[in-house]
Amino acid sequence: MAALPVCKPVGDSGVLLEFGDAIDPLLFDNILALDAALQAAPPPGLLETVPAYVTLLLVYDPLVTNFATVAQAALALAGQGGAARRAGREHRIPMCSDADLAPDLADVAAQAGMAPDAVIAAHLTADYRVYMVGFAPGYAYMDGVPAALHLPRKPVPVRSRPIGSVMIAGGQCLITTLPMPTGWWVIGQTRTPVLRLEDPEPFLLQPGDRVRFCRVSRAAFDAG
Amino acid sequence: MARCVLMVEQAGPLSTLQDEGRRGHLRHGVTWSGPIDRAAFAAVQAALGNPAGSPAVELSHGGITLRCVEGEAIFALTGGDFTARVEGAAAAGWTTGVLRAGQRLLIRDGGASNWAVLGFAGAIECPQWLGSAATLALVGLGGGRLVAGDRLVIEARLPGEARPLPLPSVARGPIRVVMGPQADFFPAEAQEALLDQEFNIAPAFDRMGIVLAGPALVPSAVTMLSAPLLRGAVQVNGAGTATILLADHQTTAGYPRIATVIGADLDRLAQLRPGTKLRFAAVTVEAAVAAARAAAKAQATWLAAVAAGQGSLADRLASANLIDGVVDAQGNE
Repeated sequence: MAALPVCKPVGDSGVLLEFGDAIDPLLFDNILALDAALQAAPPPGLLETVPAYVTLLLVYDPLVTNFATVAQAALALAGQGGAARRAGREHRIPMCSDADLAPDLADVAAQAGMAPDAVIAAHLTADYRVYMVGFAPGYAYMDGVPAALHLPRKPVPVRSRPIGSVMIAGGQCLITTLPMPTGWWVIGQTRTPVLRLEDPEPFLLQPGDRVRFCRVSRAAFDAG
Repeated sequence: MARCVLMVEQAGPLSTLQDEGRRGHLRHGVTWSGPIDRAAFAAVQAALGNPAGSPAVELSHGGITLRCVEGEAIFALTGGDFTARVEGAAAAGWTTGVLRAGQRLLIRDGGASNWAVLGFAGAIECPQWLGSAATLALVGLGGGRLVAGDRLVIEARLPGEARPLPLPSVARGPIRVVMGPQADFFPAEAQEALLDQEFNIAPAFDRMGIVLAGPALVPSAVTMLSAPLLRGAVQVNGAGTATILLADHQTTAGYPRIATVIGADLDRLAQLRPGTKLRFAAVTVEAAVAAARAAAKAQATWLAAVAAGQGSLADRLASANLIDGVVDAQGNE
């Protein structure tokens, strides 16, 4: 059985469970399992749970419960192990990497010592997994960028990349849901709405989901 | 209910519509938003007899000027040392008032705080996202920012009257924090500096957070996998500059959090004007939870006093039973 997570207080209303310090698919399985178990049987006063790469945040109402009670409830569930793991959904996301939609592709190719098409081909082989949805609404951080494409973030963020930009940094890939400055490398664009503001279920990607990209022609991209 | 229409003639850049906040979507990257000064927001609702969490206007140093173009409305202004003035009358802070067709309402910064809440008896019509009117400023979702030329339509509940509201008893002393959750990213000197040294509120602030000026709290390690955080996080960048995250905080970040400000001290922290000196003191999580409960109890007593002047005579008599202990609460000021 995996080691129990370490519990740390977050102010007066959070328990941060630390499972490790490096991305690990099995460790993340444990995080998702505990997350699912807590959602299925929340201890009194538990308000929200937030899974991330190697942590699970439990947000509680300090007028109803307290740190020790919530931490003990979580550790008891974690110790039981074997909680039904949610099978992440699988998504296939079309993207186009024409030059004007992939402003950083040439730079990524040059730094990786590959042709631009080879960069995209490598990206298309990746089996991405969502390890965290955070920072801003619907921002799904996917691990799985092939090692040959690992680049550090740019030292200075670039202003306002369009919504739907597919970008990479280190081992991570994400699809932008808002126009925001970013130091990540944009290698294509998708019309698949990851954040659907008008939809009652606005978030396409959830922690644990798996994503593969496929390349589409400009004509198909323009057709939406 | 009667229809009332207000025209926004002028609004500072941090003017937004807020309700209690948008819960349940931290795991989707959606922060709670809602009012920065939660006690001031609750007082507006209590003063007006609105359901808790009704949408209201939050504003900052830029103030706001509204002109009533149709109908009339009862308003309440709370928070810091901002003042409300209906044209032709005296300005007052922490007050209710009546705004009639043709009149202007001017909300102005008194110079010693950052945030005010302006509410109206009844209901402000405003868009919602995920069941909440709270504005997430980053994306403009929810009720939204208010700018000159906007109209506020209110289903106004009448009548009402102008009356002063009792002030909250605001704690003094250092801002209390629970250390961590990433305190071990910092050398002992940085942790000691946070608790031993004096800091200043830096000039830049917004709904996402406030920046601290003072000793650099340089972390010994900066490589950290992004992890979730909560309002109150004292987050430190690689250069050692700390930001304390507020209502529109990002939900996850890869910078370590040396400490987290306790809920009971967040409202008064957010109201500290840029340039104000402050100190921090560490408390245990048990003390932090106890402080949250004590603050909630004191707030309930105070809100009963805020509400006591409101409504019919029958309402007032009914609420009179709730205000036992008000004298004690105020005596602590």
